[in-house]
Amino acid sequence: MSIGLFFQMLIISVFVNNFVLSQFLGICPYMGVSKRLDSAIGMGAAVIFVMTLASAIAWILESYFLLPSPNNIWFMLFGDGNNYSAFDFTYLRTIVFILSIAALVQLVETFMKKFTPAMYELLGIYLPLITTNCAILGVVLLNVKTFTSGEGRLLKYLTNALGAGLGFTLAIVIMAGIRERMDEVIQYIPKPLRGSALTFIIAGLLSLAFMGFVGF
Amino acid sequence: MDGIFKNNPVFIILLGLCPTLAVSSSLKNALGMGCAATFVLISSNIIISLNRKIIPANVRIPAYITVIATFVTIVELVMKAYFPALNEKLGIFIPLIVVNCIILGRAEAFASKNNVLDSILDGIGSGTGFTLALLLIAFVRELLGNGSLWDIPVSSGFKPMLVFILPAGAFFTLGILLAFFNYMRERNKL
Repeated sequence: MSIGLFFQMLIISVFVNNFVLSQFLGICPYMGVSKRLDSAIGMGAAVIFVMTLASAIAWILESYFLLPSPNNIWFMLFGDGNNYSAFDFTYLRTIVFILSIAALVQLVETFMKKFTPAMYELLGIYLPLITTNCAILGVVLLNVKTFTSGEGRLLKYLTNALGAGLGFTLAIVIMAGIRERMDEVIQYIPKPLRGSALTFIIAGLLSLAFMGFVGF
Repeated sequence: MDGIFKNNPVFIILLGLCPTLAVSSSLKNALGMGCAATFVLISSNIIISLNRKIIPANVRIPAYITVIATFVTIVELVMKAYFPALNEKLGIFIPLIVVNCIILGRAEAFASKNNVLDSILDGIGSGTGFTLALLLIAFVRELLGNGSLWDIPVSSGFKPMLVFILPAGAFFTLGILLAFFNYMRERNKL
């Protein structure tokens, strides 16, 4: 994969197909953790980290365990040597990917606690929330469905995951910045609109702004 | 039956927002998504409630996720076989039912503590609440954004506002509906 294609993919997934504002993935943490700027940055970093790792693991699972190919482990163990099309386990994707993400999050948490306590302090409380963040499973499933050709697939998975994570971080940091400023003028806002209702309307305005990147 | 109005998963507790926003651009999509999620919710509630005394407390979340993922896979395969058009439209949001917090939330908060019959009723209640919320948002968005209901145009003189079909419209609609529900609750309290 050329460096040009790398940046092109990155920019498309950060701005044009922003995960939160144009694909509706990861809305729950977006609404929940965007009250303060520092926690928004922590959540964003944790998401980038887990997304990229999860995509790498999904690549291993997809190419060696699920897809019917000469490299399929089950085919190598139990196959007759020439007919691998019977070893198609792609219908198990959902269950395999969500369990691998859950296990990955648990492992990352344990490792961080033991070896990098400083980083654990920073990201620790956001990690358990990530298992049920649909952006992680979303990026893995989108990768698997979009990049089906074999050539340089791992790099494409990783680039797309990195871009999606950066896009999520960008969106949540902008939102946290706006909400922190919003606290100063909260008394002028009608009561029913305060809190989540207003957050949604701000998200709508941000989404309109990001649409400019698509070129409507 | 609290799940339908008093504890509506979408409008009151703010759970399951991703599918709510993403598939509510037309009534058909909304109903399809609502039915799929309700089926998964009821079935996983039954299984989890039946096994509530067997599942050890410290591995309960992975166990719940496995049960839910199994039913989501069933829904995926059935959709692919019998409703290919709907499957195409809902796309990635069918497998993403696995991480819908409503389902895991009901498993954790209700099915793991109550008997099968109550769990089924709870599943039906929360599922209906979710479906109704989806339909309400889809009603507004399809009417204003596409000028139609259930794919039937309402009036020839009406020029649809495209923004309501776009992602921004989903955020606006949900925000304004939330404000409306907050207002109604405030007023009923007084």
